[in-house]
Amino acid sequence: MINIFEVYETNKMIEQEQLDVRTITMGISLLDCCDADLATLNRNIYEKITRSARDLVSVGRDIEREYGIPIVNKRISVTPIALVGGRACTCPEDFVTIAGTLDDAARATGVNYLGGYSALVSKGMTPADEHLIRSIPMALALTERVCSSVNIGSTKTGINMDAVKLMGEMVKETAEATKEDSSLGCAKLVVFCNAPDDNPFMAGAFHGVTEADAVIHVGVSGPGVVKRALETVRGENFEVLCETVKKTAFKVTRAGQLVAQEASQRLGVPFGIVDLSLAPTPSVGDSVAEILEEMGLASVGAPGTTAALALLNDQVKKGGVMASSFVGGLSGAFIPVSEDQGMIDAVNRGALTMEKLEAMTCVCSVGLDMIAIPGTTSAATIAGIIADEAAIGMINQKTTAVRLIPVVGKDVGDAVEFGGLLGHAPVQRVNTFSCEAFINRGGRIPAPIHSFKN
Amino acid sequence: MYEQMSAPIKKTIITVVGKDTVGIIAKVCTYLAENEANVEDISQTIIQGFFNMMMIVDTSRSPKSFGEMAGDLERIGDELGLKIRCQHEDIFTKMHRI
Repeated sequence: MINIFEVYETNKMIEQEQLDVRTITMGISLLDCCDADLATLNRNIYEKITRSARDLVSVGRDIEREYGIPIVNKRISVTPIALVGGRACTCPEDFVTIAGTLDDAARATGVNYLGGYSALVSKGMTPADEHLIRSIPMALALTERVCSSVNIGSTKTGINMDAVKLMGEMVKETAEATKEDSSLGCAKLVVFCNAPDDNPFMAGAFHGVTEADAVIHVGVSGPGVVKRALETVRGENFEVLCETVKKTAFKVTRAGQLVAQEASQRLGVPFGIVDLSLAPTPSVGDSVAEILEEMGLASVGAPGTTAALALLNDQVKKGGVMASSFVGGLSGAFIPVSEDQGMIDAVNRGALTMEKLEAMTCVCSVGLDMIAIPGTTSAATIAGIIADEAAIGMINQKTTAVRLIPVVGKDVGDAVEFGGLLGHAPVQRVNTFSCEAFINRGGRIPAPIHSFKN
Repeated sequence: MYEQMSAPIKKTIITVVGKDTVGIIAKVCTYLAENEANVEDISQTIIQGFFNMMMIVDTSRSPKSFGEMAGDLERIGDELGLKIRCQHEDIFTKMHRI
């Protein structure tokens, strides 16, 4: 039978250490909505989403109340829209109407974000893929809750450098199209290499074509819980440090697994995966940077940061894997800048640069995330940064992503406020030496030698 | 059929945290008795200077829904200046038992 100290420990994690389930994300396939007529397609999409996710928010709230654990976000991911709209959309403007439909469906179901305004172009682009990509700036400017992602490379296919170049331009155009809002559109746009089909976290969530008709994924969190646990083992060796992270990750993941199973059962939708990520928020005590500093770094960004992050990422996975029957998504530590007060402080004190962040992305679960850069940064430079991240992902057989915000009208030293979970960020310096001739070559970078496993 | 018979009844864990005063247990137990909830176990301790009590309760025969009971107990807690929470047992067993 459960005892009072165990009950106390769990409730302390929830009340004082900000343990929460970050998101319940319902993945919905829209493949059966396809139609040659745009109006019919839009109607099909709206009906399918609002029917499938009708009870998502209320079931989430019930679980929250009955187990006493906060479920911060309820979200939806859908089949990449470039695949769904290929027949009906003959220009970028046609795709924008679908973005509007998705936004309406998100509002009707009460979810705060809907992901899947996406294209998967790791090897080549169909005309539909290109129309969708070119529609992203307008789609993100005209909608509130729609998130977009584009997969431009993978270990199996190499990197589509034409798409990389195009995405550099689209990030710039999105920043321009949403300049009245601190270029906020870019916070809803992720460029991936090795994008997972079952990621529950925004802005990069989409419902892959390998998935069932509808599925429930859960993203856990809990950097605060890990930080507090590490406070009890100050000065101990790495074995003790790693064991502590592992045990804590196990407990956090078990809560996520429970929520996932309950939500799946109550909604009558199969359980997909639990994503074991440590996702920070701007609130104090909910920071991945603070965990790294607790390990013994004066500031995140100091020498040792990459090793500390590698250790953290690996132990979180080791602890979490046994706690859940299916693990997937991104599963690791997120290192967004604007969403993590510890990262923001490190940038402000000059300890954390873009170059160090890039090194950290070799061992974390995602990539260069929520970084504000000067609005004058060229499209080619942004494409160069995307290519670098994609290369790290391709060679290391891991997911990498870029979510940069070239804030129009802001320069190094300025700060920008995005609000809510997206936080605020200092504008960071970017290497300004040109890579234009490299980006303009066009074509593809072939798949790496270690991808030939057959 | 087998699954149905062997599925245990979900227990509710009620926790009370705050400053120790006279009649806390009496008040909570009276409410539970009135609503046909059976207390199966009670333990209490002081953690970091705060009174902590935990009850394991079977509410399967109560006419009140989980939400109503949680709301009522929260109000009783407010009257006594204490924090009273109701949670399904699973959140604790999943986290602390393999």
